[in-house]
Amino acid sequence: MNMPILRTEKLKAHYVLDMRGTQKVVKAVDEVNLEIYENEVYGIAGESGCGKTTLLKALFAAIEPPLRLIDGKVYYRTNGGETDVTSLSAGEKRELRWEYISYVPQGSMSVLNPVLKLKESYQDFLASHASNRTQEEAREIAKKHIVDLGLPRNILEAYPHQLSGGMRQRVTIALATILRPRIIICDEPTTALDVVVQRGVVQLLKVIQKNLENTIVLVTHDMGVQANIADRVGIMYAGKIVEESTTEKIYGKPFHPYTQYLINSLPKFGDKSVRESAPGSPPSLSNLPSGCSFHPRCPHVMNICTEQTPELIRLESNHRVACWLTGDGENDKDS
Amino acid sequence: MKTLRDLFRDYRFCFSFGVLVIILTLAFLSFFSPYDPTLWNAVPRDMKPSVEHWLGTDSNGQDIFWVATFAVRNSLIISLIAALISRVIAILVGMVAGYKGGSTDRVLMFISDSLLVIPLFLIMVMLAMMVREYMNLVVLGVMLAVFGWAWDARTIRSIILSLREREFTQTAVLSGTGTVKLVWNEYMPFATPFVFSTLINNMSWAIGLEITLAFLGLVDLNIPTLGTMLNWAITYQAILLGRWWWVLTPVILALLLFIALYWLSVSISEYLDPRTRIQRVGA
Amino acid sequence: MNFVKQYLIPRLIQYVLVIWLGITVVFLIPRITPNDPVMSMIGMMRARGSTLEPGAMDGIIRDLTEMYGLEGSWLDQYWAFWGRLFRGDFGVSFFQFPTSVNQLIATALPWTLGLLLTTLLISWISGNIIGGLAGYYSRKGWSRTLDVFAMVIRPLPYYIFAFTLLLLFAWVVRWFPITGGASMGAIPTFTWAYIKDVLWHAALPALSLTILGWAVNFQIMKLIVQNVNAESFVQYAKMGGVTEDRIVGKYVIRNAMLPQITGLALSLGQIFSGALITEIVFGYPGLGMLLYNSIVRADYNMIMGITLLSIVGISTAILIVDLTYPLFDPRVRYT
Repeated sequence: MNMPILRTEKLKAHYVLDMRGTQKVVKAVDEVNLEIYENEVYGIAGESGCGKTTLLKALFAAIEPPLRLIDGKVYYRTNGGETDVTSLSAGEKRELRWEYISYVPQGSMSVLNPVLKLKESYQDFLASHASNRTQEEAREIAKKHIVDLGLPRNILEAYPHQLSGGMRQRVTIALATILRPRIIICDEPTTALDVVVQRGVVQLLKVIQKNLENTIVLVTHDMGVQANIADRVGIMYAGKIVEESTTEKIYGKPFHPYTQYLINSLPKFGDKSVRESAPGSPPSLSNLPSGCSFHPRCPHVMNICTEQTPELIRLESNHRVACWLTGDGENDKDS
Repeated sequence: MKTLRDLFRDYRFCFSFGVLVIILTLAFLSFFSPYDPTLWNAVPRDMKPSVEHWLGTDSNGQDIFWVATFAVRNSLIISLIAALISRVIAILVGMVAGYKGGSTDRVLMFISDSLLVIPLFLIMVMLAMMVREYMNLVVLGVMLAVFGWAWDARTIRSIILSLREREFTQTAVLSGTGTVKLVWNEYMPFATPFVFSTLINNMSWAIGLEITLAFLGLVDLNIPTLGTMLNWAITYQAILLGRWWWVLTPVILALLLFIALYWLSVSISEYLDPRTRIQRVGA
Repeated sequence: MNFVKQYLIPRLIQYVLVIWLGITVVFLIPRITPNDPVMSMIGMMRARGSTLEPGAMDGIIRDLTEMYGLEGSWLDQYWAFWGRLFRGDFGVSFFQFPTSVNQLIATALPWTLGLLLTTLLISWISGNIIGGLAGYYSRKGWSRTLDVFAMVIRPLPYYIFAFTLLLLFAWVVRWFPITGGASMGAIPTFTWAYIKDVLWHAALPALSLTILGWAVNFQIMKLIVQNVNAESFVQYAKMGGVTEDRIVGKYVIRNAMLPQITGLALSLGQIFSGALITEIVFGYPGLGMLLYNSIVRADYNMIMGITLLSIVGISTAILIVDLTYPLFDPRVRYT
């Protein structure tokens, strides 16, 4: 519990677009420092367009043009040492994928090849890892895994379009976890599903995490799902993490004004007062405000907020915030 | 304008723009032609290109350069008539089929599909044989138009179908906008760019077909077009007799025209499609 | 079964209806155009210098009317028309009297089929494969060069392209014969000499059709593949480490083929017309030349026979192609 299994250091990843001669830079991930530990569920929350998906891609070391790694590193803890994945070759990355770290993408509905039976898709994904397995063995592994997760036994004989959306989502999650990875990255796994199916998916993720005792990094804007499954939550805004703490603290006593808005906008049982959300809209990532990116919408804005960007500092153990309201230089800065 | 500047970045647009300027200039020059294109033996026959006759003369005794200006003009006119009329038909059919749906849609699409499936070339041969005497620029244009709308009607229909599902349609309907007004005001702006690029493609198709029909002798050979020029050249055995200037003029003009029109339509439609407009910067 | 009902039956109905529509159009054309075909026939005969005695004129008019099928009311004619069709009786050629249209078509058809089928196969397959690879590796130099090449070829109508090839290869550089299917006076036998002769004569028309067909397929396939490449399931497979050859084959090209099959069905009519036109340019003794001669000699029966046969033939070919589609797309097979 003391050394992180996944760590980022000053991670900066921007999209560089060439629109017919003029360049546009989208600062999707703008200096992110994360430490994620084994056997925990780390949630990343934030509005659409704050850079969550890009952060996940960076964590998965899947940075491809027009996304460019501007600065920083991503470390995995493998076999006792730390590996800087940003400097690995494609072949080395491929070895890590699926066995060490896997990815459940957004829109899992359509990530399966429509012309292949599910079992063929599974075989394709398995074939590139531990290829000393025969086809028979691979098939057996797949089947056992499916049954273990409570899915119908012969679902692998079907084509993707024959399954419902929720079922396809679960099949994709099963596919991502078949090699028992240490880290699972999920991008909006419950979006576009109805509530009943959402519950099924969340339950499935919980079961997997408990069985494998691994790490899940879960991105979703649905604060209810975060509350349900996450141990710790990081709030993301305009490409930066602005607050990070345990789920209880985030929901119980949010510090950053943006987090406060997020939490206050959630409906509470018995509370009939009007829900208020943050005024204005999130900034464009290619045209960020000066200083703290939240300052145009912040009710507690001060002069310093418009000039300097606050760093993510440790407020208490297990609680970091990036806000000038913490007081200037009063607490130790995070290393 | 910024649009034009952006378009000129594409080498294809530059090429086609240049070629079309030349072609249009030629067509325009036809109004100043010192020779009447329908008169034969206006000049000595079968002379090679010279200072007097820039592209030489043909076996009918006409100056090839000036005949070419008329040929270009007429071919363009035919194709414009054909393309414009067929656009109108395509828009009408596409919009009605797309918006109304149901059995209207099915019938219209059936007719449209049949036109794609039936070998139109043969039908046109039969038609052309029957109306041979009445064939002039307009008739030919109309004939081509009647057969040229099918493909694009389908494209327009699918655009309408996708627009129909969008929110602004329901808003408009709920606020009481009439169907025609809705379709015209709201949908046309989306369809217009596609219509424009298909117009260009259709012109290209029409000229191609005109040349083919002319070479088969199914049009009025006295009207100079790119096709009839070629027909005359072949009839007079220009190839075998080595009179390259007569044969090459319509061929090269046609080649340039086809490539230019195609590149124009491709560069414009790529410019309009937001997916291709944003180019990616490689790592 | 659902498949039969939703796919097969509508397709068959469409097949029958399209043939019916086409044949009706062919029926109507001579009857609604301002020219009386009989009179214009006589006009043409006169223009060719044949003299007619007044008495013989009536007889000829009667015969022509009968041959054209113009006796009786339109409904009578329509019935008779279909009757003749079902009996396979396309009448006799006006020009090569009294050889039946069927016979002449039967002689020309093998030449056309041979040329058409080979070139179609080669251009479709190679265009799709090369276009697919070019779409996948769209940044590579060879891909871009081929694209420019195809850009130049594709917009050219069959006639112009064929004619240009003719000028280039039979005139400028005399490598191939200008016309014919085989050398003058050659007797068809299965000797190697004859076959070589035929191939030599067929080379240019085949080249013309193949290159043009290839250019179209190449460009379209390249575009499709570029779109498919961006699809979620391809991205996900890449992320999951599926090997590249599997991605190109099973994920990209197999999905990109689907719209190409439909596209093939839709363009068969055009390709057939193009083949005929190309034959005319090269004097190749197939249906194209037969058509050309019929036009020149105003052999209306011949033209009608070729057209009717083409309508039925092409519609059938399209039906066959359409029926193979479910073999490739499981979404249609199992609805």
